[in-house]
Amino acid sequence: MSEHKEHNHPQEKVGVYVCHCGSNIAGTINCGEVSEWAKDNPHVEVSRDYEFMCASTGQELIEKDIQEKGLTRVVVASCSPHMHEKTFREATERGGLNPFLFEMANIREHGSWATNDKKAATQKAKALVNAAIDRVVHHQPLEKIPVEINPSTMVVGGGIAGITAALDLADAGHHVYLVEREGTIGGHMAQIDKTFPTLDCSACILTPKMVEAGQHDNITLLSYSEVEQVDGYIGNFQVKVRKKARCVVEEDCTSCGICEEKCPVQVIDEGYGAGLGHRKAIYRAFPQAVPGYPVLDKENCIYFQTGKCRACEKFCPTHAIDFDQEDEILNVDVGNIILATGYELFDARKIPQYGYGRLENVFSSLEFERMINASGPTGGHVVLRDGKTEPESVAIIHCVGSRDKNYNEYCSKVCCMYSLKFAHLVHEHIPGAEVYNYYIDMRTPGKGYEEFYNRLLKEGTHFVRGKVASISEADYLPGEEGKLIIQSENTLLGKQQRKPVDMVILSAGMDPQPDAEEIGQLFKAGCGNDGFFSERHPKLAPVATMTDGIFIAGACQGPKDIPESVAQGGAAASAVAKLIGQGTVMMEPIRASVREEECSGCRICNTMCPYNAIEFDEEKEVSRVITALCQGCGTCVAACPSGVIDGAHFTNTQVLSEINGILWDVQTEHEKATA
Amino acid sequence: MTEQFEPVIVGFLCNWCSYRAADLAGTSRIKYAPNMRPIRVMCSGRVDPQFVLSALRNGADGVLIAGCHPGECHYVNGNIKALRRFTLMKDTLEQWGIEDDRVQLLWASASEGAKLAEAVNRMTEEVRALGPLRWSEKVLTGNGAAQPAVKEA
Repeated sequence: MSEHKEHNHPQEKVGVYVCHCGSNIAGTINCGEVSEWAKDNPHVEVSRDYEFMCASTGQELIEKDIQEKGLTRVVVASCSPHMHEKTFREATERGGLNPFLFEMANIREHGSWATNDKKAATQKAKALVNAAIDRVVHHQPLEKIPVEINPSTMVVGGGIAGITAALDLADAGHHVYLVEREGTIGGHMAQIDKTFPTLDCSACILTPKMVEAGQHDNITLLSYSEVEQVDGYIGNFQVKVRKKARCVVEEDCTSCGICEEKCPVQVIDEGYGAGLGHRKAIYRAFPQAVPGYPVLDKENCIYFQTGKCRACEKFCPTHAIDFDQEDEILNVDVGNIILATGYELFDARKIPQYGYGRLENVFSSLEFERMINASGPTGGHVVLRDGKTEPESVAIIHCVGSRDKNYNEYCSKVCCMYSLKFAHLVHEHIPGAEVYNYYIDMRTPGKGYEEFYNRLLKEGTHFVRGKVASISEADYLPGEEGKLIIQSENTLLGKQQRKPVDMVILSAGMDPQPDAEEIGQLFKAGCGNDGFFSERHPKLAPVATMTDGIFIAGACQGPKDIPESVAQGGAAASAVAKLIGQGTVMMEPIRASVREEECSGCRICNTMCPYNAIEFDEEKEVSRVITALCQGCGTCVAACPSGVIDGAHFTNTQVLSEINGILWDVQTEHEKATA
Repeated sequence: MTEQFEPVIVGFLCNWCSYRAADLAGTSRIKYAPNMRPIRVMCSGRVDPQFVLSALRNGADGVLIAGCHPGECHYVNGNIKALRRFTLMKDTLEQWGIEDDRVQLLWASASEGAKLAEAVNRMTEEVRALGPLRWSEKVLTGNGAAQPAVKEA
């Protein structure tokens, strides 16, 4: 086996280390054979196989060989570089070499774990090891790039996750810009009446946090504002924020509420009120709103529509109404950004057979939250859509839009628990009412959650295990007149059944925000298949994204209840605080650079760069990469028609050598075939 | 008994999605054809057509380029650039008589280990059905077609 290609760097001395990973690799790949075989490669000075290369003893092997055998390059064939590249780069560095003179061959995830065919796995491992050896001889020593961290942070989204993150950072002494697109912070938690399983009042625990965020010296609250543009990179983001005109001069407004009182327009409150109840054209979502300044809704304002009225302006004691107010554009510099943009309730209208929006006594879960709230439109009374009749029977349908291939495949996680809460609250508000919970599986993982379920079982709620097929007014049996008929399966009885009830509550799941993808592109945070933001690692980096300096917290990452959202808000804050504490971060030196003397000045690369990191020197007529902006994707490198852009650590020579090396065994057959 | 032809496919996998999809396939112990040999690139947009030509010229029977889904690119839209280059390149490859199935483009996110494994299985069968590439016959001597200009690194 001496079919290795000729190399240009015969002076390099490569050390090859083939890891057994216990039996994870050695169970499928003949590691001894691979390491013996690697010795035939003329660059290889030493080749070993070892049980656990990531163990300190394994790493010491590398360090010792560098020092004693004068290795100039290191190859470790083990797991994915996403697992241990850092580990072995550090070992290489401790041995006295530049850490980038190392290359990894992934023979576990891409090798031993991917096939049971031992022969083929060993052959593939040889190809990967050979590719790494052929590549590593062309590696160049690189230095990581230090980047200073601006200590200010932007938190986007003022729900409970965003508020928590902002407060944690502000309390630690760091400045925070909290951006919220609605007129007030608070998010969905502000709409909720009671929280499961403790049944404490949501507003009572949330509003002090809102006030704290609104008054904190270290928090600049930008409500009724949206981010329009994000430039820069970790440590140095430039964000353009549009502060929408609320037609109220904040400095003059005392939040007295007279404008709201005098406004003659009643509008259905689709936002905070979830469609249940009304608000005025100039309004605060709720009395405890933070900030307390109202927002003027131009679409419904009589003055903006007809040119008459101006009642709010007339009665405002401090003359704080300004109809001519214009949107303001703010440019904010921050070091890190936390996205806490939350979720949207699944729109139950998408399931026509459940009748939401068509059958008047079918309510969405958020509507019901508003209804049972003492400050809500019915004053906390559970009543039918007519506003006065108390229902004698209520059906609560779980998993609406969740765990359903037609809508969302995932479990929305909170619906079982809030459905149980609803059942409890109906019992509490209407003693003697019959409550039916239709569930697929009861999911109550959480502290005190299962206990809450057990409590409900004792309260007399009827639990029906089965998916509801339809909700209709099609009565034909005695006792069904004027009722909503639930047609469902009862899988525990193995029967189809009909149940007439007065009221239906649809426990809708959590959807990603409708503009999550747009927001993701703005901040360069990707969305997964389900539409929620993707975390860097599902287990070990749940609040980081693939983009350095951009973090996520709360339900924008996936369905979550309040404690989880709070935990993530805190986690994101601490991840940012760590970076602020470090002051500088070291960035991967994978960057492009133009060999200016050979550049033809065609400018093709200029438009290729997604980060506008390539500038054109008009005088010299050459393109130049702004290293601080370059993220190292290599698109320009591939696009340069003269091949004069180098992508550090992924140069043409390196990749082409890797291609050559990976085809070590087939190349010769091919040559034979053409000979 | 004649031995089954085992094609060799070079896979260019982007660091953020497809390479991780292959990692996930491994971590999930999904077994798939060992015929694809992965090469990590930071972005599918880094895949210079000369990499594909170099792989084919050096004996690969097929090339798979895999990146993040459109809209999910770690570098905003490198995958779209990969798609454009791919479309252009396929045109040329076709003129040289290189069959359509030999060079494929795949979107596989970091969570789609199973999808990547399936795609590799399928492509392996497709290329196996086509048989060995025989680059020299096709490109160097085929119908007087000129030797493609490959940039020297």
